[in-house]
Amino acid sequence: MYYRKFSKNGKRYETAQLRTAAVMLTPLMLTLIFLFVIPVILVILMSFTNWSLTTPVRTFVGLKNYNFVFNDSRFWKSLGNTLLYSAIKLTLDTSLALLVAVALDRHVPGQRFFRIAYFAPVVVPIAASSLIWIWFYDPRIGPLNQILAAIGLPQSQWLYSDKTALLSIILFSVWKGLGYNVILFLAGLQGIPNSYIEAAQIDGATPRQSFFKVKLPLLTPVTSFVITMGIINCLKVFTEVNVMTPQGGPLNSTLLIVAYIYDQSFTRGKMGRGAATSLILFFIILAFTLLERRVGRKTVSYD
Amino acid sequence: MKNSAFGHFWRRYHIGTFLLLIPGAALMIFPFFWMALSAFKTSADVYQYPPKWLPSSFKWDNFAAVFSTIPFLRFYLNSIITSVVQTFLIIMISIMGGFALTKLDFPGRSKIYTFMESSMYVPEVVTMIPLFLLVSSVGLVDSYAGIILPQLSSAFTTILLMSFFSSIPNDLLDAAKIDGCGYYAILFKIVVPNSRTAISTAALFSFLGAWRSYMWPLIVTNSVQLRTLPIGLKYLVQETSSEYQVMMAASLMAIVPILIVYILAEKEFVQSITLTGLKS
Repeated sequence: MYYRKFSKNGKRYETAQLRTAAVMLTPLMLTLIFLFVIPVILVILMSFTNWSLTTPVRTFVGLKNYNFVFNDSRFWKSLGNTLLYSAIKLTLDTSLALLVAVALDRHVPGQRFFRIAYFAPVVVPIAASSLIWIWFYDPRIGPLNQILAAIGLPQSQWLYSDKTALLSIILFSVWKGLGYNVILFLAGLQGIPNSYIEAAQIDGATPRQSFFKVKLPLLTPVTSFVITMGIINCLKVFTEVNVMTPQGGPLNSTLLIVAYIYDQSFTRGKMGRGAATSLILFFIILAFTLLERRVGRKTVSYD
Repeated sequence: MKNSAFGHFWRRYHIGTFLLLIPGAALMIFPFFWMALSAFKTSADVYQYPPKWLPSSFKWDNFAAVFSTIPFLRFYLNSIITSVVQTFLIIMISIMGGFALTKLDFPGRSKIYTFMESSMYVPEVVTMIPLFLLVSSVGLVDSYAGIILPQLSSAFTTILLMSFFSSIPNDLLDAAKIDGCGYYAILFKIVVPNSRTAISTAALFSFLGAWRSYMWPLIVTNSVQLRTLPIGLKYLVQETSSEYQVMMAASLMAIVPILIVYILAEKEFVQSITLTGLKS
């Protein structure tokens, strides 16, 4: 066999392996260069220019885009909406998912049916299921208002009022995303060794105690993963708000941060401002990612 | 009740839990039933008060209306073509890259891995603006290549496959090498057949991602002929103006195939979530 010597640490590599590795890594490296390196450099450069979608002007403007964004009330509105959306959605989603997962962790009859039912909304395209919910939310002929009227409760304007539009989107998002977290919690619960629970029972723990004192602490890695990934995914939500409220909802009440970026860049053609905002969002997401790494390391392990 | 046969049955089969799960499950699947029934309703059924739960007759008019309003089959075809090609390319890139990074020895291996891993920190929102400029500067806006190529990020699936490839014993590969197998033969005759489950999980994951993909196809397509299914459905809302029964027929046709695949391959779907979710 042929060996080629590399001076640095005197390690020898086989020529055939080097050649194969070069060929096999080329496609991967090309995707990384064209879909990661070049776009990241470009987006940083663009955020300092007045790059426009419609005209060929592109001059360096310094921090003007950042200045504009930080003084734009719509940006702050979209950031506020996004945080509100994330807070409510995560609270509902995480607690309901945990509840369902704990129930499914028992040997209930029809478990397969329940798993399919709770997970079904996750697999269908969001655009398709959004169409169903647009009708649900129709104030005149939507089934939600008709049910409310039938049982004598006040009706709502749902997507058509600035007070309820964001909440309507959240309800849809919880319905759509619940099953995903149920699956994660369920996998976490089933990963807890039975011997731990048995040991607790022998020590005289009630089912309630063995849940809150043994299972829940052991579930922390999954819980922290679900919550931080949940925050990151909430920050990136776009599809359902774009399908259900393409114009940002009444009084921009459903304008989330990604919708703001999309609107700046592709509706108004201000690519520079869009680039600046997307970088701001990137740093917010990065902060949460690093937080997850920090928290993740400190949590309980099974061993 | 504690010692009665009923009490035993109640606790043994967790009937209380079962009864609690029923209304939740009903809420989860109610929208699908509503959609399926409403796809057959007439406009009069939809506007009737008090609401009608069942259509007055099962006619296929709404489905015909979908095909006459929008080129629905074309949207379907676009979605199938882009998703299949995208999945195939991502899996090929990941198989080769993952093999090189786990089973071949070359300088800078861990640096390339870190580089690849860091690409996952940058969300799609950040790269879509410069990618749009790149794609339009080479004239690929409104083309299949323009939809597919920018969505070929393969870091995630590569890392997923790597964890399986590294569990294949090196002795097996060395034995093949002694028998005169080249590295390509080793990859496609030993590693790939031994990781069939992992590869199909990764493929399912990529395909679902491509099939549901929304933001990029929305940005990069202008002409109606190139819309994928999700984009076509989005514009259908404007094009039918509250003809909900037609929207439901379209939505039903978009949802049913993927729902059937899901029910048949439920285990694999769940696995693709737990592996991709908890591994990272």
